[in-house]
Amino acid sequence: MKKTNNIILESAITLLLFFIVLFSVYIFTAGHYYPGGGFIGGLMTAGAIVLLLITYDIKTVQQILPVNYRIITAIGLLFAIGTSAGALFFDVPFLTHVFTHVDLPVLGDISLHTATLFDLGVYFVVVGVTMTIILTIGEDE
Amino acid sequence: MSYLHLAIISPLLFSVFIPIFYKKFIRIHTGWFVLPLPILLFIYFLSTIPKITNRQTVTETFNWIPSLGVNFTAKVDGLGLLFALLITGIGALVVFYSIYYLAKEKERLNTFYVYLLLFMGAMLGVVLSDNLIVMYAFWELTSFSSFLLIGYWHEREKSRYGAQKSMLITVFGGLAMLGGIILLYIMTGTFSITEIVAQSGDIFHHSLFLPALICVLLGAFTKSAQFPFYIWLPDAMEAPTPVSAYLHSATMVKAGIYLVARLTPVFGASSVWFWLVAGVGIITLIWGSVFAIRQTDLKGILAFSTVSQLGLIMSLLGVGSAALHYEALSENIFTVAITAAIFHLINHATFKGSLFMAAGIVDHETGTRDIRKLGGLMPFMPITFTISIIGAFSMAGLPPFNGFLSKEMFFTAMVRVTQMDIFNLETLGILFPVIAWVASVFTFIYSMILVFKTFTGKYQPEKLDKKPHEAPLGMLIPPVILISLVVIFGFFPNLLSESLISPAMAAILPSLLNAGGEFVVHISFWHGFTIELFMTLGVILLGITLYKTLPKWKRMYDLVPEKLSLFRFYDRLLEWSQSGSYKVTNKYMTGSIHSYLVYILAFFIFSLTVTLFWKDAFKLDTGNVSSIGIYEWVLAIFVVVGSISILFIKSRMTSIILLGAVGYTVSLFYVLFRAPDLALTQLVIETISVALFLVCFYHLPKLQRYETRMRFKLTNALISVGVGAVVTAIALSAHGNKLFEAISKYYVENTYEKAAGQNMVNVILVDFRGFDTLFEITVLAIASLGIYGMIKLRLNRRKES
Repeated sequence: MKKTNNIILESAITLLLFFIVLFSVYIFTAGHYYPGGGFIGGLMTAGAIVLLLITYDIKTVQQILPVNYRIITAIGLLFAIGTSAGALFFDVPFLTHVFTHVDLPVLGDISLHTATLFDLGVYFVVVGVTMTIILTIGEDE
Repeated sequence: MSYLHLAIISPLLFSVFIPIFYKKFIRIHTGWFVLPLPILLFIYFLSTIPKITNRQTVTETFNWIPSLGVNFTAKVDGLGLLFALLITGIGALVVFYSIYYLAKEKERLNTFYVYLLLFMGAMLGVVLSDNLIVMYAFWELTSFSSFLLIGYWHEREKSRYGAQKSMLITVFGGLAMLGGIILLYIMTGTFSITEIVAQSGDIFHHSLFLPALICVLLGAFTKSAQFPFYIWLPDAMEAPTPVSAYLHSATMVKAGIYLVARLTPVFGASSVWFWLVAGVGIITLIWGSVFAIRQTDLKGILAFSTVSQLGLIMSLLGVGSAALHYEALSENIFTVAITAAIFHLINHATFKGSLFMAAGIVDHETGTRDIRKLGGLMPFMPITFTISIIGAFSMAGLPPFNGFLSKEMFFTAMVRVTQMDIFNLETLGILFPVIAWVASVFTFIYSMILVFKTFTGKYQPEKLDKKPHEAPLGMLIPPVILISLVVIFGFFPNLLSESLISPAMAAILPSLLNAGGEFVVHISFWHGFTIELFMTLGVILLGITLYKTLPKWKRMYDLVPEKLSLFRFYDRLLEWSQSGSYKVTNKYMTGSIHSYLVYILAFFIFSLTVTLFWKDAFKLDTGNVSSIGIYEWVLAIFVVVGSISILFIKSRMTSIILLGAVGYTVSLFYVLFRAPDLALTQLVIETISVALFLVCFYHLPKLQRYETRMRFKLTNALISVGVGAVVTAIALSAHGNKLFEAISKYYVENTYEKAAGQNMVNVILVDFRGFDTLFEITVLAIASLGIYGMIKLRLNRRKES
């Protein structure tokens, strides 16, 4: 994309970006109990990066976030497959999830799910896929 | 997983290590690492002989997909054991031979031995699986490994052609066989051969019996190179000679024979089976032997002779199936056909294996296999000559070799066909001994050509690339072992009769043993002055006469029109199917996204409308609907106005943003309907897709079309209105028809109970329907890689040019 000089967006994004990313992480972790989840969280993170792309050009963004999004996709898939296949080691069917409650001193009652790990895979895949597509098409001259 | 399973898949497992051996021990020929495996397996299978001789079977089951009745049940009975011994025994000799045949400096040995082991494991799987689906899987694996081995010298055009041909024909047959297996399953409800055999009496009058029979036979005939499918085998001779000796004469082509033998208890009582198996077999026998004489390539002669000999065994199995119609075992004179089939199967493996190896030696040491260039090699390679002459005499059916014994039994079986009083054999039966006798004359002639044109006659050093000399010892040992078996089985045929032949017969004709008793097999040289003996004498006399006068009548072959041959027919068919499918595909694959969308959406409209009316599903139910509030009205008007105005917008940027606005409005609907998850998702999706559209459209050239108003297009209008109408109709009908309770209740009840979550949507995504999600993200990942690949590849190509 063309380099544009957009003062308002550039100043706003320094603050906004963190809020968006933070919110997307919240949305992701809240998923099991409140609206949200890996898919929305991932899309929102991708949305934040897209906002960054609109503000700056692709090269600058690549310098800020030197990430290969295809590897992010692969990591996501590994998480999803790994969590699903992990169940086989305990002699239960593929994709069986377990959960437990842990009482932590400060945070109080926390529930832990293997489903969250699976959802983390979804999150990574969504970020990786969206950014791969947008960057690939965007880079094409 | 038992030792037996391990034995079957050990070649597959072992093949993984071959590349490591090849890389690490570059100085040692990789074949030496492979050799111990078939030897060990051979010994392992030998050790089961005592058990099998006592009429026991070894069965081990490994559950694979029990819910579908697909289990890896390995079963060793007489028939399976015989084949297992052939596969591992000949396999060991072939590996040994290949060590000297393939130079480690020149060849890619790692791939060769990986393919060879792949084949060995697959073949063991075919003959030792009791489950038809598992057998089918191994069956196709043999086709694939055969394809890879024929195309081993893939830089040669002919190798690629031969590999493709064998693949197309055998896989065609394999698929037909799969159809037959499924039909058998429909009839019997099981994939287990043992259980199907037990039910064979019940399915005889089933309407699917005949289709299943024909499908299964298609598989067997293509694999065993029967007429008219034999055309792949001569072209398969492009493979390295050890491969030809192993796959294309001793083992793989006998898989079809195995299948016919294995399923004889199921289908054998049918007259169609008798006529097809015996008829096709005997036609193949005479066809192969007649056309073998025309060949000038040593391996070509051997290929046609293999076709012919496979036909011989096939016809014996067909004739033997008639034994099922004669109950009493003691007077059952037709079982001799089955005895002969099994005995000849063993004999063929020994003499044809050694002949192939001898042909390989001639090729290796002189540089040619063309019999017009060869001649007078006897003084240079006396041992190879001895091997060849014994092998050829055995093939021609001369005493005192094993081929003589099985040929005599073959004549006996064919003569006895005339005594049968079923299937119209009283009248047509006489054809069998006549054709068999004529084919044997031709067999005699090509056997003589094979030996005497190569080793006697005029020595033509000027036509040879190398100065001929005897092969190294390592290349001679395997054929010498095989040829000594030819002699040993010739003198002591009863070594085999109790240990191998009788148990194998029990596996092919189990119903005859139901009353107890067993097959007594006794093979002897001298039966007195019988009709078979005179037939053999006739073959020899006429054969010698015709061989001597060969140049005079060989011109007859030129009368056969080249254009009408099956080989030409196959080439035409291939060309025609390729050009035909190109034409059809080019008609509708125009490369324009517009037409693809038209296909997809038109199909969508068509199929859904038809279903809707067919099932009489359209139903408008106005009861139980909530009132429409002011917010809904506002949003609906916004969506409608937004969508319509997109059509009239001239600038691209504006239409994208307008499209985004419509999407955001739709997500507000979700907010109204209290679906925060959907609303959130839709909002973010809209944002991302607008960004994506912007990025894409940024690259498009400024089209003139957008400057003026769009023209009206009837197709587009029909399609868009149609899609809208169908979706509306379905949405209304979905509300109108409440055929069963909504599934949402299950989720309401179980989301917290079973998955400890409170957000039902998310729990469905990651837990209840986790499989869907897993596949969806996989598809997403593949799609993104696809886009990346398409665009990057195009970029790179442009950079290069």
